[in-house]
Amino acid sequence: MSDLKEKNVKSDEVSDDMKVLDDLTSSEYKWGFVTEIESETAQKGLNEEIVRFISKKKEEPEWMAEWRLKAFRYWQKMIEPHWPNVEYQPIDYQNISYYSAPKQKPKLNSLDEVDPELLKTFEKLGIPIEEQKILSGVAVDAVFDSVSVATTFKDTLKEKGIIFCSISEAIKEYPDLIKKYLGSVVPYTDNYFAALNSAVFSDGSFVFIPKGVRCPMELSTYFRINAQETGQFERTLIVAEENSYVSYLEGCTAPIRDNNQLHAAVVELVALDDAEIKYSTVQNWYPGDKEGKGGIYNFVTKRGACKGINSKISWTQVETGSAITWKYPSCILQGDNSVGEFYSVAVTNNKQQADTGTKMIHLGKNTRSTIISKGISAGKSQNSYRGLVRIGRNAEGARNFTQCDSMLMGEKCGAHTFPYIEVDNESAKVEHEATTSKVGEDQIFYLNQRGISTEDAVNMIVNGFCKEVFKELPMEFAVEAQKLLAISLEGSVG
Amino acid sequence: MLVIKNLKAKVEGKDILKGIELEINKGEVHAIMGPNGSGKSTLANVLAGNEGYEVTSGEIWFEGKNLLDMAPEDRAREGVFLAFQYPIEIPGVSNATFLKTAINEIRKYHNQQELTPKEFLDLIKEKSKVLGMDDSLVSRAVNVGFSGGEKKRNEILQLLTLNPKLALLDETDSGLDIDALKIVSSGVNVFRNQNNAVLLVTHYQRLLNYIVPDFVHVLSGGKIVKSGGKELALELEEKGYDWISSNEFEKANV
Repeated sequence: MSDLKEKNVKSDEVSDDMKVLDDLTSSEYKWGFVTEIESETAQKGLNEEIVRFISKKKEEPEWMAEWRLKAFRYWQKMIEPHWPNVEYQPIDYQNISYYSAPKQKPKLNSLDEVDPELLKTFEKLGIPIEEQKILSGVAVDAVFDSVSVATTFKDTLKEKGIIFCSISEAIKEYPDLIKKYLGSVVPYTDNYFAALNSAVFSDGSFVFIPKGVRCPMELSTYFRINAQETGQFERTLIVAEENSYVSYLEGCTAPIRDNNQLHAAVVELVALDDAEIKYSTVQNWYPGDKEGKGGIYNFVTKRGACKGINSKISWTQVETGSAITWKYPSCILQGDNSVGEFYSVAVTNNKQQADTGTKMIHLGKNTRSTIISKGISAGKSQNSYRGLVRIGRNAEGARNFTQCDSMLMGEKCGAHTFPYIEVDNESAKVEHEATTSKVGEDQIFYLNQRGISTEDAVNMIVNGFCKEVFKELPMEFAVEAQKLLAISLEGSVG
Repeated sequence: MLVIKNLKAKVEGKDILKGIELEINKGEVHAIMGPNGSGKSTLANVLAGNEGYEVTSGEIWFEGKNLLDMAPEDRAREGVFLAFQYPIEIPGVSNATFLKTAINEIRKYHNQQELTPKEFLDLIKEKSKVLGMDDSLVSRAVNVGFSGGEKKRNEILQLLTLNPKLALLDETDSGLDIDALKIVSSGVNVFRNQNNAVLLVTHYQRLLNYIVPDFVHVLSGGKIVKSGGKELALELEEKGYDWISSNEFEKANV
């Protein structure tokens, strides 16, 4: 059985009454500031020499360099895909610098040794690096451009046998784990951007939770693109052994700039028997100006493998940034009784484009998946949900529930839904629900009539719409996500 | 409290109100009656500032201030409350969050301290009791999955909690069975006092058995064609709107 539907909602007229919504969509990116820090940047262009240069800079062993080169050679033979519902100028891969590291003292013993400019930036972003915030229980592996500069709480984690470090460090310190798991969920042959990432990834995080350990705190990484025209290629690998649990938070914000920046990250999750991984993202890359100029291209491959029986992987994402977002955090439900979840809020404003969703691949028996997707389009943006639910031949008793809601703000934006359902097992149960609504003037007037301003009214309506997703986020992150949504849709309404 | 002079308004390019004159004082309850399409709901929406209604001429003064100069939220903060004929659903937003935001926005406007969560909950409990409302309604999303009667009761709950100066009730009786009508009416009667006023818009006389008005006005063809005391409502009930049409209505439209 196969089912392919498309639902488009589009309109070009603007009425006077929608002026309010128009105003709401005129907000400027609030966190646009550039830190002046000396960077060591590779010359533009991509070839085997550059790949070797990156590997050498990272002080990697030869096997890693070879792996990168294999990926690079494979990438060279590939063609950039153009099937998503987004439009952009061709990317000149030879006009990008693939490595940039902030210059710093070689080894740091404490935060006091970190460049004060860097710390100021973190502070502006509200990153909980200072002592008091550390006490609040968040361990931070901060990624500034391409090199990790500060990692906290390592000792506490170490006691439990948990590894939480930069991927570069892991390559040197834990080569066996890296050799076993890197590329095991997203091989470099997977897709164009995964191949590119495999060749040039500069940094990222590695998490390893050993058998039977429940990670006592949320692990959090903040990403930030800084140096001009530097592509950011993060690589994240999380492995949860039997009967372990980890909740991982990823959040980011980037400064204003004029040239489009390519961001092609790869995230791989591996959950063994009875293990659970919860991966939450708040994404706020610079979306470009009102005309869409200068925003980040966010082409990300995120995939989790529920390898073990009763394992669970849960993706929660709040996407408000980037000029173009193209990502499908997915779950391969291999182990019997394994569970995959995807909760997503994607907001597009001005000329932003998003083509995002998930893939739930049911292979094991009695596997279950839930997809809750909330798309909000404002301004002249285009917001697409694209999701695949595949039930394999042996996935006896598999179940999926998909709910896919779109909200339109104003008259010039678009919401699109592309659900793909492929079922090869008769006993499977697949449900799909979809709605499209408008932020109604009648709703806004109702709230106005109770003394609530239009801006607050819109926030309230939007937050209500996203509630099912926000409640999946860790508390602190949920608050941040709500703020981000308000900022993304904020305008000059008096 | 409220003075309306020669008010004219359009909806979707069509003239609906054609010169309304009305004055409401503190402590008074006015009922606006009239046939369907006479402009009753338009009047209520224009007073509340619904932007779907275009005021083409006239004046509205509320407590000495020009209401037409104010945004809808400021009218609400000044004390104009509209109980909607069709209350709107806001999915995912709890009644409690909604009401707490509303109360505190209004308090902030008047430089009053915001209510603490405890003060707010006590207030809601007290007012819910008046209306015989289940506590669980407060935690449910605004009007989502509410029955017609629950929606109307929810409007009156908001009226009691926000305690405005002027309550506009737009066909609050429509779709209510007799028991619900009694409860809603008793809520409005609890609200009434010497310092506030009520303007209720209704098609039928039966609501006026429970909320007894001081004045009754008949709206027809966009104008108030007849005004009188509460007995006018009974007369209308007996003789129908045709009786007005063939007398005053003709005169008013000359």
